[in-house]
Amino acid sequence: MRSQLEGSLAVAKAVALCRPEVISAYPISPQTHIVEALSDLVRTGELAPCEYLMVESEFAAMSAAIGASATGARAYTATASQGLLYMAEALYNASGLGLPIVMTVANRAIGAPINIWNDHSDAMSQRDSGWIQLYAESNQEAVDLHIQAFRLAEELSVPVMVCMDGFVLTHAIEPVELPTQEQVDAFLPTFDPRQVLDPDDPVTIGAMVGPEAFAEVKYLMHAKQMQALDLIPEISGAFSQAFGRTSGGLVHAYRSADAETIVVALGSVLGTIEEVVDELRTEGVRIGAVGVTCFRPYPLDEIRAALQGAKRVVVLEKAFAVGLGGIVGQNVRLALSGLPVQVYDTVAGLGGRPITRRTLRTLVTDVLEERLEPDRLAFLDLDWKLVERELQRLSDNRRSGPHAENILRDVGTVAASAHGGPR
Amino acid sequence: MFQVRIHGRGGQGVVTAAELLSVAAFLEGKHSQAFPMFGSERTGAPVVAFCRFSDQPIRLREPIVEPDALIVQDPTLLHQVDLFAGVGHETYILINTSRSLEALGIGEFLATLQPERVLAVPATELAREHVGRPLPNAALLGAFAALTGAISIDSVTAAIRDRFSGRIADANVTAAEAAHELAAARGDQVPVHA
Repeated sequence: MRSQLEGSLAVAKAVALCRPEVISAYPISPQTHIVEALSDLVRTGELAPCEYLMVESEFAAMSAAIGASATGARAYTATASQGLLYMAEALYNASGLGLPIVMTVANRAIGAPINIWNDHSDAMSQRDSGWIQLYAESNQEAVDLHIQAFRLAEELSVPVMVCMDGFVLTHAIEPVELPTQEQVDAFLPTFDPRQVLDPDDPVTIGAMVGPEAFAEVKYLMHAKQMQALDLIPEISGAFSQAFGRTSGGLVHAYRSADAETIVVALGSVLGTIEEVVDELRTEGVRIGAVGVTCFRPYPLDEIRAALQGAKRVVVLEKAFAVGLGGIVGQNVRLALSGLPVQVYDTVAGLGGRPITRRTLRTLVTDVLEERLEPDRLAFLDLDWKLVERELQRLSDNRRSGPHAENILRDVGTVAASAHGGPR
Repeated sequence: MFQVRIHGRGGQGVVTAAELLSVAAFLEGKHSQAFPMFGSERTGAPVVAFCRFSDQPIRLREPIVEPDALIVQDPTLLHQVDLFAGVGHETYILINTSRSLEALGIGEFLATLQPERVLAVPATELAREHVGRPLPNAALLGAFAALTGAISIDSVTAAIRDRFSGRIADANVTAAEAAHELAAARGDQVPVHA
């Protein structure tokens, strides 16, 4: 049924349709509405049988999910930002043990400076944790990816993270097609675990492994992710057969087949990018976009195939590797190695700064008119004057004070700006 | 595409107003999207929410920089926030106040706009009278329907009933209809949005 719903509520309803048996969660903005709604569905009995554990931290949330999954229960949790970092140790245990937990990450920046708004620093920090990472472009896709995620996780016995942009998607109210229980039941079989803690048939999950076999057990994590590269498109195809719409898969291409310039991005910013692609196409610019839906495993071949016809690729990413540069950018360069394609790497939207059509057009124009250097990290909308003033203070004065306070004083912001537009 | 920006303070229901408007548009078969621009949420702090609706699916996720309509729930924000950023000659402006626009000190600015597209409505008073609490949302959306014609009053009241039930729904519907009547009576006719 098509409903006008908040993204968080839509995802909570989709997760409930997947019949999780244990949900353990700790609230953190902007994820809170999801687990609030789920706890309500458990309380009212709409989601049953399901045990909802209100744990004392994210570390406990993931640990409880690990325990539940190991006993053969379908387990779910959700988090964001520092919450994801707080569960980092347990994340590696979930993936190393091969437990098919599904988790929503409502993407939010990581402090300091403390900031509750959207970017991809949280999920990107855990890209190599052994979890599959899927990024939703819209709330519809977030709903659909959760249903696919349980099937994927349980088929391979790997954990899956579904990333959706905090606030931008979680708090957006828009039309969402929610499937029926019968449809989801037909698509998602009952959880048949590959390993299970059962007193009648005891096994050890999490045995210590020394140098004689550690690499082999670890390699299996990689082998399963490589299998996921085949399984993800297969599940996406089965989903579109069953539900009549296309969602998921490895990459989304938009008007990129004959494009000279292709913008690459993850998540909800793709909608705005597609609008700009349409505008520029009517002006005769041969431009397209490629969305990376599955970032881990990294679909090297599919990304190479989607981009190899372009002259230039502009990577727009909401996180960066401090001391090096773009994260998605590095991965895209790897996919294009040996090809004469110029890659421009741009960091945008950090800490919730809006990415607008205007700034995207400026970026594309700067690239086309060669005002940006390829292979050199660029920041969209960065206020260089503010940065330079603070760098000057650093060089002028030993006790130059805290960066955040100094820069906020320069900006003159106490309250939020009028409409949150770029300054 | 019709884009609305709503300004208010935490606790006044700014986000709910945007949501109700999006549901009203949805009920008319339109594609619609509502989203807030949160600060760290505190009662009384300035809050902005957005709603855009269209006959086409909406992919755009940027904040509304150039609104087709602006709703101001709390005129004391005039001294704190750049409410009129991006407002042009075509923009509809709806302000919740029982005072005149001149008395708010913005008569001069508003005179540069189209007079039939600017409206003050005593939404808080209407809410006190009909709802018993100073929550101006329903009244503002009723007036919005009359001012812009972008959404019908029936859709506004249906959205209210979709969100609330019982006496609360009835009271808010009455407030919305009263404000709609007041706004419609101001002009000779209800302008129709193209």
